[in-house]
Amino acid sequence: MQKNILEYLEQTVKKYSHKTAFSNGKESMTFEAVYSEARAIGSFLAGEGYYGEPIAVIMDKHPRTVTAFFGIIYAGCFYVCIDEKMPEARMRAILDKLSPRAIICDKKNIKTAQVLDIPSVYLYDELSDTEINSCALTEIRRKQSSTDAIYVVFTSGSTGTPKGVVACHRSVIDYTETLCEALEFSADTVFGNQTPLYFDAPLKEIMPTLKLGATTYFVPKMLFSFPVKLVEFLDEHKINTICWVVSALVQISSLGALEQHTPKHLTTVAFGSEMFPKKQYDLWREALPRARFFNLYGPTEATGMSCYWAADRQLGADEPIPIGRPFDNTDIILLDEENKRAEQGEICIRGTCLTMGYYNDEDKTNAVFVQNPLNTAYPELIYRTGDIGKINERGELVFICRKDSQIKHMGHRIELGEIEAAALKAEGVRKACCVYDNNAKRIVLFFVGEADENALLRELQRYLPRYMLPALTEKLYELPFTANGKIDRKGLRERAEQM
Amino acid sequence: MEKLLKILEELHPDVDFTTNEELIDEGILDSLDIVTLVTEINAEFDVTIPAEEIIPENFNSAKALMALITKLDEE
Repeated sequence: MQKNILEYLEQTVKKYSHKTAFSNGKESMTFEAVYSEARAIGSFLAGEGYYGEPIAVIMDKHPRTVTAFFGIIYAGCFYVCIDEKMPEARMRAILDKLSPRAIICDKKNIKTAQVLDIPSVYLYDELSDTEINSCALTEIRRKQSSTDAIYVVFTSGSTGTPKGVVACHRSVIDYTETLCEALEFSADTVFGNQTPLYFDAPLKEIMPTLKLGATTYFVPKMLFSFPVKLVEFLDEHKINTICWVVSALVQISSLGALEQHTPKHLTTVAFGSEMFPKKQYDLWREALPRARFFNLYGPTEATGMSCYWAADRQLGADEPIPIGRPFDNTDIILLDEENKRAEQGEICIRGTCLTMGYYNDEDKTNAVFVQNPLNTAYPELIYRTGDIGKINERGELVFICRKDSQIKHMGHRIELGEIEAAALKAEGVRKACCVYDNNAKRIVLFFVGEADENALLRELQRYLPRYMLPALTEKLYELPFTANGKIDRKGLRERAEQM
Repeated sequence: MEKLLKILEELHPDVDFTTNEELIDEGILDSLDIVTLVTEINAEFDVTIPAEEIIPENFNSAKALMALITKLDEE
């Protein structure tokens, strides 16, 4: 029985040692290089006495970055990838939660790594030269269990502190197996990765690459601004499979690039994390009539994606793109407000795919990882997503809306409360309310106080990543309230839609 | 030019667009900005920026963008 994700790498390296595993278009690493450098890093960390603890990574997106992840896992530790563009205040909030004893960096990010007050800062290039200690690595593997953690991924938290989702080998193996089967990946699959390495989204490419001996190209971020160049990159590397957030796909289609620059090799287009505007979806379908399309859905808390829809039929004019059905070995239950099974209700997830919960946060874990209310006989956890869904007449699952103020913007999951909390930290802000303008797809912040709008925006840049910054801020004399004394969010949202 | 600077300043109030010539190279304009810019320029200047012209060289400075708009306007 497979208990460790590294078994994928160990099997694949026997068959495809000289094949390219990961590349950024300029620099590549073969499976053999990934395998030996990961083992060297694992040997180093083990030699220094790290075990069963978080190791931070701050590196640009590169084949070496994922190799560092595997090295950390070889040592029996779990990785936490830090976005190098994140404001320092947010980085510190994350690191305060984790208190890692070590961080691995590349040359470019060494200065950032050094100011974070982490006891040990290691340069990747120095670790990857370590002599491999096979005995130590075998001993670590022997005492490990498939429930050991392998990564922590941070998502937006409504009180202003990001939450760290802890995933283990077992749930990632489950995800890899069922994803590869449903989307029919093979050794011939060439992935073009778009999603950042500090989320769980890139598991879609990284894990099947390890398992099957496929290849992943990390598409340079800059290309997503320039659609024709992006398509040239896809063609040059014969990329046949992409799993991108909807906004990245829309970038190509909305700027009119698809008509004359259709990607030549694409056969599989998976998308997810937000609603695909129908017109743009149709442009893609028309441009690639023979490709297979998949809509994916799932929260980080249930490891990557949980459901898929294989786009196997024409949709009605006003019909939303379904999220389909759960991957094998995953069960979806819809619960109504009385915790009873319903045709429409909160999407709750059951199965091996569940992650371990939030790092150092028992309260938030217990709020959403709860006993299955349909099972009163023995302990069994489900994850409550906070998403409302329904089953359509074809038996497909359809996403309807959120229960709370969480939004999806540019593929990122954002708690509007985190933006409000950051605004309230700024000088001259007494009250703040943040809404999402669904038509223009923009975040709008209303506030009461003396602060100047531009100064506030600059202040927010210190706390929030770029994708969480409001597109518009407006100063009000007072926030509107509803009859029962709550901030009138609906009224403000309507106001934002007219701005 | 003023019209263009106004569009740019709305996106990034903290950047001096009259002097900065590395808007792409420095990572100031991201992919969302590019879409917004293309849409607004098309509307404000009554031109259509074709996909082939959406390349880093044309977006690195306000000057380069203005040159592109002028070129498209003359065509």
